[in-house]
Amino acid sequence: MKSAIVLFPGTNRERDMAATLKRVTGKAPEIVWHGETRLPEVDLIVLPGGFSYGDYLRCGAIAANSPIMPDVIARANAGTFVLGVCNGFQMLTETGLLPGALMRNANLQFVCRDVHLKVENTQTPFTSAYEPGQVIRVPVAHGDGNYFADEKTLDALEDSGRVVLRYCDEKGALTQTANPNGSQRNIAGILNEAGNVLGLMPHPEDMTDARLGGTDGLGLFESIAAAA
Amino acid sequence: MIMKARVTVTLKTDVLDPQGKAIHGALATLGFEGVDSVRQGKLIELELDETDRDEAKRKVEAMCEKLLANTVIENYAIDLSN
Repeated sequence: MKSAIVLFPGTNRERDMAATLKRVTGKAPEIVWHGETRLPEVDLIVLPGGFSYGDYLRCGAIAANSPIMPDVIARANAGTFVLGVCNGFQMLTETGLLPGALMRNANLQFVCRDVHLKVENTQTPFTSAYEPGQVIRVPVAHGDGNYFADEKTLDALEDSGRVVLRYCDEKGALTQTANPNGSQRNIAGILNEAGNVLGLMPHPEDMTDARLGGTDGLGLFESIAAAA
Repeated sequence: MIMKARVTVTLKTDVLDPQGKAIHGALATLGFEGVDSVRQGKLIELELDETDRDEAKRKVEAMCEKLLANTVIENYAIDLSN
């Protein structure tokens, strides 16, 4: 599987993403500067985390309009897998590839800790390696991860199984205390209608090595590698 | 001639505004009474090299739709002056 990571000014954890992709796919991803206008031929495009453009205006808003994005959108619409993590998720909502928006955390605090996620749908190219309802532990690090969409959009997402990951406690209960940012319906990750674009606030790439705390994030990358 | 545009971006009424809530709480702590609610928005000022008012409005509207506001969660209002 070939992959590419788009690098923006203010991106971070892209090396963790690259190390994970190399370990899972056997191939180092290409790193593509946001100022380019064409991506290489790849099976997966990753929009990584960070604070592109200092989060000015709105998180991900300026990155979503950078020169590389028309090609990212075109590839996404042509079926290439696109994974947006954290700031990348914010970019995906800003481009309209995913519905809704990510707002300031409800408690106004930056949250940086491990959270538990319930894998709600395993019939996706991003989650097939997990068991239905499996609870995984991965870190979050964000100040603007509060997922918002109107009720109609939320219902449509749920009805079509596109709410792929939800914040839960270690036993899988979807409680308010397990929700780190006030996201509606504990939503942590959603899929586009065609099923090839996933956005999530947590960082699965940072939980892929037992020496660094666990491997619960590996399944996501193994799923993509199996689907590509 | 330079035309000025003031773009006010506010959260839609059905969208919760935790920052406005925090400001509201701080005002109460300071003893300012009688504040029913606080909503926070942003103001963006633009100077345009444009003389035609309608054309200026069209341009700024396009900027709002494309970048300045996220219409999923925000409303915008444009105020033009010479």
